[in-house]
Amino acid sequence: MSFIVIAAIAITIISFLTDKKKTVEGIKKGMMMFLKILPVLMSVMILVSVILYFVSGETLMKYLGKDAGIGAYIFAAVIGAVSIIPSFIAYPLAGVLVKTGVSYGVISVFINTLKMVGMLTIPIEAKFLGYKISILRNLLAFIGALIVGGLMALIYSMT
Amino acid sequence: MKKAKKYKFDYAVIVAFAVFVIYSYATGYAPGIKIARDNFWGFLKEMIVLLPVMFVLVGLFDVWVSKEKVQKYIGKASGIRGVLLVMMLGFLQAGPIYAAYPVAYILWKKGTPATNVFIYLSSVSILQVPVIAFEVGFLGFKFFILRILLSFPVFIILGFILGNYFDKKGYKFKKV
Repeated sequence: MSFIVIAAIAITIISFLTDKKKTVEGIKKGMMMFLKILPVLMSVMILVSVILYFVSGETLMKYLGKDAGIGAYIFAAVIGAVSIIPSFIAYPLAGVLVKTGVSYGVISVFINTLKMVGMLTIPIEAKFLGYKISILRNLLAFIGALIVGGLMALIYSMT
Repeated sequence: MKKAKKYKFDYAVIVAFAVFVIYSYATGYAPGIKIARDNFWGFLKEMIVLLPVMFVLVGLFDVWVSKEKVQKYIGKASGIRGVLLVMMLGFLQAGPIYAAYPVAYILWKKGTPATNVFIYLSSVSILQVPVIAFEVGFLGFKFFILRILLSFPVFIILGFILGNYFDKKGYKFKKV
């Protein structure tokens, strides 16, 4: 976390020395975006905080925990593939899952399928790519997400 | 007051929660205090420093590397340079993947190879600059870096497979 803050300060200083006007404009733009999402972010964090109090860790673990084995990866992949959740809700949710004990490999499968696979949006995609290519793309992305998840799990188990 | 209306639900949640927290602390209601202190404050303190900083980066990225500027160079670019450019364009995108299809169509029409168009679509999904803060904030820097480093090779290969198949079969991107 502190690494990013330091890097950001360094980048901002370099940017400022190169072009003052552009830098001020960029900072303004960034802050406007931040203020725009702030109310949504706050309410999402509130809802997640409340839900976390009620949903027991055991329930989550039954489907997504270590005991579920490979099933946890498949389950996460299917959930990610069929849901349409904006990133700023998906990440707090994923953060909660990690805190409850879901492995990073499983989380990466959820995040990647959420982003790459859209079962429900295939009809939209097909308008641009045709059904055959759309289904093929989603299928390959589904497999790709599972591969990445497996590799993540492998690396986390080694470190 | 169109803006206020858009956030109506969010403001209602925030106000209700504030009242709930004050009530919980005033009466010593344990579940309320637990939700507020352990859960909510636990999340918030991670984000409160990180997020504004990340958004400054997003803003700077936006003024230095604008979407329009990148798009201008992509049409003719090929090889590794073309791949890097489409990836950069992908990172600048925000929102769900289907919002990227109109852009994909324009790229293809301008002469971008199909493999690069699919790599663009993969890039949109893998890494979006505006949401980096969320990923790092909630899942950690290690997770973020690992996911990016592992996802790229896999999804770029996927882009090549799809693009080659697309060209071989003589498919076309369609304008809606």
